[in-house]
Amino acid sequence: MNADPKLRTALTNASGIEQDIFKRKDIAHLFIHHNKIIGLQGVPGLEIDAEELDDGVSLQIVLKKDTLVANPVHMCFGLMHNEGLQRIKMKIHIQDNASMQVLAHCTFPNALNIQHLMDADITIGKHASYSYIERHVHGDHGGITVVPKAKIHLQDHARYKTDFELLKGRVGTIDIDYETICEPYSVLEMNARVNATHNDVVQIKEKGHLNGEHSHGVLLSRVAVRDEATAEVYSELTASAPYARGHVDCKEIVQDNGVVSAIPIVKVNHPKAHITHEASLGSVDSKQLQTLMARGLDEEKATDLIIQGLLR
Amino acid sequence: MGIVEIHDLSLTINENNILKHVNLDIWTGHIHALVGTNGAGKSTLASSIMGLEGYREVTGDILFNGERINDLTIDERARKGITFGWQEPARYEGIRISDFVGAGIPSSRQKQKEHIINDSLQQMGLNPDEYQNRSVDQTLSGGERKKVELASIVAMDPPFIMLDEPDSGIDVGTLEKMAEVIQKLKKKGTTILLITHSLAVLRQADHAFLMCDGRIIEKSVAAKIIPYFEKNCIPCDHKNMPDTEGTS
Repeated sequence: MNADPKLRTALTNASGIEQDIFKRKDIAHLFIHHNKIIGLQGVPGLEIDAEELDDGVSLQIVLKKDTLVANPVHMCFGLMHNEGLQRIKMKIHIQDNASMQVLAHCTFPNALNIQHLMDADITIGKHASYSYIERHVHGDHGGITVVPKAKIHLQDHARYKTDFELLKGRVGTIDIDYETICEPYSVLEMNARVNATHNDVVQIKEKGHLNGEHSHGVLLSRVAVRDEATAEVYSELTASAPYARGHVDCKEIVQDNGVVSAIPIVKVNHPKAHITHEASLGSVDSKQLQTLMARGLDEEKATDLIIQGLLR
Repeated sequence: MGIVEIHDLSLTINENNILKHVNLDIWTGHIHALVGTNGAGKSTLASSIMGLEGYREVTGDILFNGERINDLTIDERARKGITFGWQEPARYEGIRISDFVGAGIPSSRQKQKEHIINDSLQQMGLNPDEYQNRSVDQTLSGGERKKVELASIVAMDPPFIMLDEPDSGIDVGTLEKMAEVIQKLKKKGTTILLITHSLAVLRQADHAFLMCDGRIIEKSVAAKIIPYFEKNCIPCDHKNMPDTEGTS
């Protein structure tokens, strides 16, 4: 491990992480700059094996059976340089009855030509719970390509929630591809919030397979697109067992010359299953806008407030 | 001179004459009611005064404090001191009540923003600790949303307020709270126009304009309009064929 304190400080500052977490023995953390592990601390029951590769890192994370991690685990994947490739290979196993929340900070404040590729394989055991909140901080240039791919397997009564946020700085190009298989009584919640400007390109592909009886799933996406940016959201939810319940909810606001599309696919393969979906694409709602303008906000400020709310 | 003067205002939408040569003066510091049955043109007239989308292509003049405002945008009219409370207010995903209520506070009073927001919510009977971090979304009941709407107007504190059907979708307690706030606003000199077909709301007004078929057919103190409205307009017995006998 190369614990360069200056680099770690720069990365945490850019990510908006409080330095205090490094003093706390009860908060686990993992900091990776390019292909170097610059900070690693576990907590009892949480095993993190990290291996540095030529262009990134390979991680094996196991949360032992019955372990409840009280404080969120901070993970930071970043590059302070303006170019480079960072590949993250991640295998995560949350064992039965265990529970953990991860705050993942993906920080590329100076990106001119950066690729951040993540490939994750996640298994969440019976009655276990895993929450992964991924917040991106990018620079103003848009010279970045982010490609996160994940395959998630929820066993009986498992719970998985992911929040993907890319609200600070330029998106660049993002291509999310998450697929989840849900066994009986498991609960899936996948949320994505992205603010795209200039010529950013957003592609979100989320799939949930509600294979087990009483499994529940929600796929929610909120995307704002301005200038020349484009966004395509593909949400697929399949219910194949009795009492499987799901909802797909997509809202995209488009301004200027932006282009948005949403492709919700809902499939029900069992007569006792049920899935709903709603999608709203287009300009800012006229009544919302006029209400704020009637309080004195000009059109631009009113639009910004509405978009900020949508992405919150 | 009234705070608002309307001269010969007409509006045609899809070849339908919605407003027909409307003339009226709204007096500073008084509560006025614009009363009439559904389809009389009340909300259209208020929307035209606010300059809402679809209601701007009017002929005639709208004056605010003597200045013609026909060509101003909604926000420009708002910054002059006009605002509008919707019958069914918009809901916003993710916008906190404190941000919504505070949105209209002018820059000159930004230093007291937090106090103004709290005070406005309290005036509407909403506990700030409980409400300010909630979103202005579907989780609010219709009555709560109406209270938040009026709180945002109280926080903005403009000289002229139009409230469209302020009693629709709310319970008696909320209506009483709303009436209390309206009287408080009047005391401090705010001019209010209530758009209504409800006698309970009409009774809060000092003056009333009776509107029918796109026309103002009578202007008087509210006490004189109430009996006519009660007798002839509930239910409407002439199908948009105004009969003004007995109003003056």
